[in-house]
Amino acid sequence: MRHSLKLFIIFFAALSFLGCSPSDKKESSQAITVWHWMSDREAAFQELAKRYEEQFHIPVKFDLYAPSEAYAQRVKAAAQTDKLPDIYGILGEKRDFASFIKSGYVVNLTPSLESSQGGMVWKDKLFEKALAVNEFISGNEYGVTPGVYGIPLDVTTIQMVYNKKLYEKAGLDPNRPPANWEEFVSHCRALKEQKIPRFVSGFGEIWLIDAFASNLAMNIMGQEKVFATYAGKVPYTDADWVKVLSLFKQMRDEAILVDGAVTMVNKTAEQTFANERAAYAFNGSWCVNVYKGMNPNLQYGAMLPPKVTNQNPMRIWGGAGGSFVVNQKSKNSEQAIQFLRWLTDDAQQAYLSVETQNLPSNKSSLDKISPILAEFADDMDNATHPNVYPVHEVPPVTEAFDKGIQSILIGEKTPEAVAQEVQRIKEKELKKNQ
Amino acid sequence: MNLQKIRNGLGNYVFILPAFLLFFTFSLYPFLKVFQLSVTNWDGISPHMTYVGLSNFKDLIFDNRVFWNSMGNALWVTLLALTVQNLLALVLALLCDRDIRGGNIYRVIFYLPPVLSGIVVGLIWNWIYDGNYGLLNHFLAFIGLGDLSRAWLSDPKTALVAVSVIHMWKGFGWGFVILLAGLQSIPRDLYEAARVDGANSWILFKNITVPLMIPVFVLVSILTILGTMQIFDIIIATTGGGPGYHTEVPITRIVQTMVGSGQFGYACAMGVVFGIILLIISMIQIRASKMMRQV
Repeated sequence: MRHSLKLFIIFFAALSFLGCSPSDKKESSQAITVWHWMSDREAAFQELAKRYEEQFHIPVKFDLYAPSEAYAQRVKAAAQTDKLPDIYGILGEKRDFASFIKSGYVVNLTPSLESSQGGMVWKDKLFEKALAVNEFISGNEYGVTPGVYGIPLDVTTIQMVYNKKLYEKAGLDPNRPPANWEEFVSHCRALKEQKIPRFVSGFGEIWLIDAFASNLAMNIMGQEKVFATYAGKVPYTDADWVKVLSLFKQMRDEAILVDGAVTMVNKTAEQTFANERAAYAFNGSWCVNVYKGMNPNLQYGAMLPPKVTNQNPMRIWGGAGGSFVVNQKSKNSEQAIQFLRWLTDDAQQAYLSVETQNLPSNKSSLDKISPILAEFADDMDNATHPNVYPVHEVPPVTEAFDKGIQSILIGEKTPEAVAQEVQRIKEKELKKNQ
Repeated sequence: MNLQKIRNGLGNYVFILPAFLLFFTFSLYPFLKVFQLSVTNWDGISPHMTYVGLSNFKDLIFDNRVFWNSMGNALWVTLLALTVQNLLALVLALLCDRDIRGGNIYRVIFYLPPVLSGIVVGLIWNWIYDGNYGLLNHFLAFIGLGDLSRAWLSDPKTALVAVSVIHMWKGFGWGFVILLAGLQSIPRDLYEAARVDGANSWILFKNITVPLMIPVFVLVSILTILGTMQIFDIIIATTGGGPGYHTEVPITRIVQTMVGSGQFGYACAMGVVFGIILLIISMIQIRASKMMRQV
């Protein structure tokens, strides 16, 4: 008995020690680890890592964690256990970004961006709007030290695309997409007459509803009034907000959305548009690469969401697509910054743009992009992004608003009822935060 | 003598130490941690968390209609699973309990859906239910019921039922296997003796099968309730909780609150309340089954 007990204790202790030993052999202290979620860019990243190692003898390890929800969870879990890699991306809203910074997991990159290497200041190479998404301005609502905390890898706009072939089939001019909401509705009627499904988007993912509704709201009431609503100074029951919601009712009444779009994920919506089963789609500029993979012969053009009024510009969501931050607690933070600087240089950006069909964040690489991407790039002047808003809506209100739009699209609620419900939640949240 | 006793006792504790450590690390600690987090307003990232007392619970219980609506949805799916799914499982188990040709093949076929991933099942049914090119709509048109065609998962009248059907299709195999095992454990001579006494099939079922199967029914019911109330993967793969809140269930609300809204503490409070509700339901069921056995 005693002998077996001793043996057991030795065996258990050995197991425990093995369990407590470092999990992996330590990689070279200079090796840079990057975590990302961009499965469409994985091959290009691996190639660039190989090139970097050949050039600078510093290994770079790109670890892909997809889908993006799983990646976001992994990064949060790694932050909780202080196991973040040298470089990673933060998915989510600006408040998540702020939490990571305030918890000491992100390097303030402003000094590096303002320094020059090879004669040009780093930040001058990059699109301002892409950098702005990663910037916290002075007096920001989160109390973060002002500065730029992330490096944009590419630029994205979220807008509309239309199928030129289906347009022709409906007797419409394939080079003249609708310029305003009335035209959009009349074009939809023309498409309906030819039994062509009209508009698809992954409205089952509520952030897409949010983006589309936000575009319309900015156009109808101007961004100042939208921000005033977020700040609690204008109620959601205001006539302008009801008008925004009424447009979704009109979309239902005119049967503009394809059946099932209200619970559709964006991947399915992309398949629907790529397979020419819808004339319009609301999607991000990453769709160029996606559609190319799904249907290389697809003939389509990019357009802004149709304007409801000429009083205010149509503002679309745009700015940095994927951004990387550097872990402040990493021993390799300096090498990591050097790697990001190299990654945003002309040659690497041109390579990424060609391989992944995304808009580069480096201004000099813009001449390498395809014509359809250039159409997206043309609309960059109209781009804004929730990350650059001076004030943000709280998640419960955003969710109530977006879910309310789903309820309008399925004919369950009226715009007025949704506005009242959203305002009720807004008031509750305002009271909570007082 | 006392020293020897202590040594022996210590030896016993050393033997259970690994199991205890595993249980503590992976069950007890997370369980207690959820309680701790539920009284904070932690965002899931920051190393600091603020104690907010019972305010999360107060808001959840008295002012969160969406959560209670999701609870109602889960109960509705559970009710369907308890009745339709388990009835189907019982009928199939009764059929397979007889010496029918190819019985083993049927057993394998019926057990296939549960071993498939919920996400895969959800994606397959997405194609079946698709409003534009779905198999179900094609079939309805083929049999002359084209007027019933719709986007089954996006229509508020059908979304929850459509999701329930997927869940039941995926889940009936579990009940089938357990019920079949229960049926096969009933001594055959009981049936033979009853037949000699002139009992027909219904009498055999009512007076032998049902009483002897009560513990199995209880087990299947508890597993069905706990499994269905925690339905998640199928919802995520089909409707994401929409349209509106029509297919929201407690787990999708917890995930949305935790990941989507960054309210980790509040989501933990939801988890605690949901766990307590499941515990109460299970206890009621065990109590009821004990009473049934006494009757």
